[in-house]
Amino acid sequence: MTTKLETLPTPEKKSGGAGKPTNNRKARVRESRGTLAFSRAQRTKALTKHAILILAGGLMIYPLLWMVVSSLRPNELIFRDPGLWLSSLEMSNYTDGWSALTHPFGHYMLNSAIVVIGSILGNLISCSMAAYAFARLQFTGKKLFFGIMLLTIMLPFHVVIVPQYILFSQIGWVNTFWPLLVPKLLATDAFFVFLMVQFIRGIPKDLDEAARIDGAGHPRIFLRVILPLMVPALATTTIFTFIWTWNDFFGALIYLTDPDMFTVPVALRAFVDSQSATSWGSLFAMSIVSLLPVFLVFLFGQRFLIKGIATTGIK
Amino acid sequence: MSAMSELSSISRRKGKITAEEKKANGRDNKAAYIFLLPWLVGLVAITIGPMLMSLYLSFTDYNLLQPPEWTGLENFTRMLTDARLHNSLGVTFTYVFIGVPLQLAVALLIALVLDKGLRGLPFYRSIFYLPSLLGGSVAVAILWKQIFGTTGLVNQVLAMFGIQGPGWISDPSTALGSIILLHVWTFGAPMIIFLAGLRQIPVMYYEAAKVDGASTLQQFWRITLPMLSPIIFFNLVLQIIGSFQSFTQAFIVSGGNGGPSDSTMFFTLYLYQKGFGQFDMGYASAMAWFLLVIIGVFTAINFIASKYWVFYDD
Repeated sequence: MTTKLETLPTPEKKSGGAGKPTNNRKARVRESRGTLAFSRAQRTKALTKHAILILAGGLMIYPLLWMVVSSLRPNELIFRDPGLWLSSLEMSNYTDGWSALTHPFGHYMLNSAIVVIGSILGNLISCSMAAYAFARLQFTGKKLFFGIMLLTIMLPFHVVIVPQYILFSQIGWVNTFWPLLVPKLLATDAFFVFLMVQFIRGIPKDLDEAARIDGAGHPRIFLRVILPLMVPALATTTIFTFIWTWNDFFGALIYLTDPDMFTVPVALRAFVDSQSATSWGSLFAMSIVSLLPVFLVFLFGQRFLIKGIATTGIK
Repeated sequence: MSAMSELSSISRRKGKITAEEKKANGRDNKAAYIFLLPWLVGLVAITIGPMLMSLYLSFTDYNLLQPPEWTGLENFTRMLTDARLHNSLGVTFTYVFIGVPLQLAVALLIALVLDKGLRGLPFYRSIFYLPSLLGGSVAVAILWKQIFGTTGLVNQVLAMFGIQGPGWISDPSTALGSIILLHVWTFGAPMIIFLAGLRQIPVMYYEAAKVDGASTLQQFWRITLPMLSPIIFFNLVLQIIGSFQSFTQAFIVSGGNGGPSDSTMFFTLYLYQKGFGQFDMGYASAMAWFLLVIIGVFTAINFIASKYWVFYDD
């Protein structure tokens, strides 16, 4: 498990922009154009590739497109029309769906937003602090702790969920957001600690030294030197935390049983359980509303997502 | 680079003291532990504490209301005779051992087509990646429930060809298959890791092979696959660990009961039912530890087997 993975592109070696891969590609394209026009065989090959990719890509996103179109259709068409053609725009699914549950759907979006923002702040603060210690400080037990930290990345959530539930229910935290937030404040998403350690290791130590000579202590070096330089890693953490927390179902299912406190995934689940066969349209509509924030993050944060995955190999 | 490589390099470096550490005999213990404080508290209170607690609970009968009652190995012997649990293991194994290889094969295939400076690569990459971001959501599980329903999208398309499809998710023989398909659909993340890996293979290997007259297929078998094997291994380990813990999709598609006839009763779903449906916390803890052992064993097997097929270029 060593060499190849160690040579994967790391965020610290690149500075902003779309990154190395794209540049490489452009360079290669330029090269092939420069030498000779594409031969016939090469062109056919490229065309075949595009055909395969368009077909496969189309198949991949067809269900999503169809869901969007279906949400704008009268209900009965959802069970009859597999196509994407819209003859009229039916907004009633959205208005019906929005008010189909105990609270308007915005209430659950707001709950989700609170959990998401809290989780992001928690992860950013706690994971970056731990990462600074692991990457820059020498201390007793460092290797042992670092090893434990790496192991916890792979630990299945289920092994701790029962006692965690007991603990949080005894403090009276069931049906509050604390069971979802406190673990983030305590850096239990060790994965991000690892991501940040990797990043900080790529920042030249001379910068710390210079600051130290100027009389800066660790808090100051961390806040003034390291944090500003690790913005890309913080962005990756923010985006992944956003998506994972927004989608998190299991935690919310266990800790949030009061409809007042429902986040979007559990609200949708309540909707799907309560719905009769006639309300698929509004169910689709709210599903799309729930996917929208993730989709927007994907649109604007894609390069951080892709870098984050390529360097650390997470979902 | 990866967590796994870090772990193995730590064990290799054991005993050796780096120059850097020698130099820094003035340790910053105080500062370090302050920076580590949140993580340490989390480790003790949220991870290790609960782990030990659940280990203890796995030897007890506990329903949240009365204090835990020590029952020794009873939970574990009960697991030996619990037919639903055996079934749930079968379902989970099927899901993991069909879903993961299938997903990785598709990921690799698309990554291979996408490599080699194709025009519009960022666009294609986005299209293929999007489902893996959305795939874990309840919304997509709801979509799946419709698509593979009796009058769902799939059967509507089949009907255009005059085929009467089954109710995929209401038929025990196809329900799990549709959830596996959902897993395959989210191949975007491993695909991106493969793409990054493919870029690391030195172009000169292919050039040399071409000079020697190797065919595209030979180049794939002799260069791409061996050079990519560490990445394949890495993806395999991660995906297996993750897939054993799958929950949301089966829960939503089956309406929370793992049906029809327990055909989508994942191990985690059964664990949830025992722990949080029936508040049989002792049994659920035993199941959780069993899951941990299963995942540990398969990860270990993976690492051992990797010696025979993963190629390191050093």
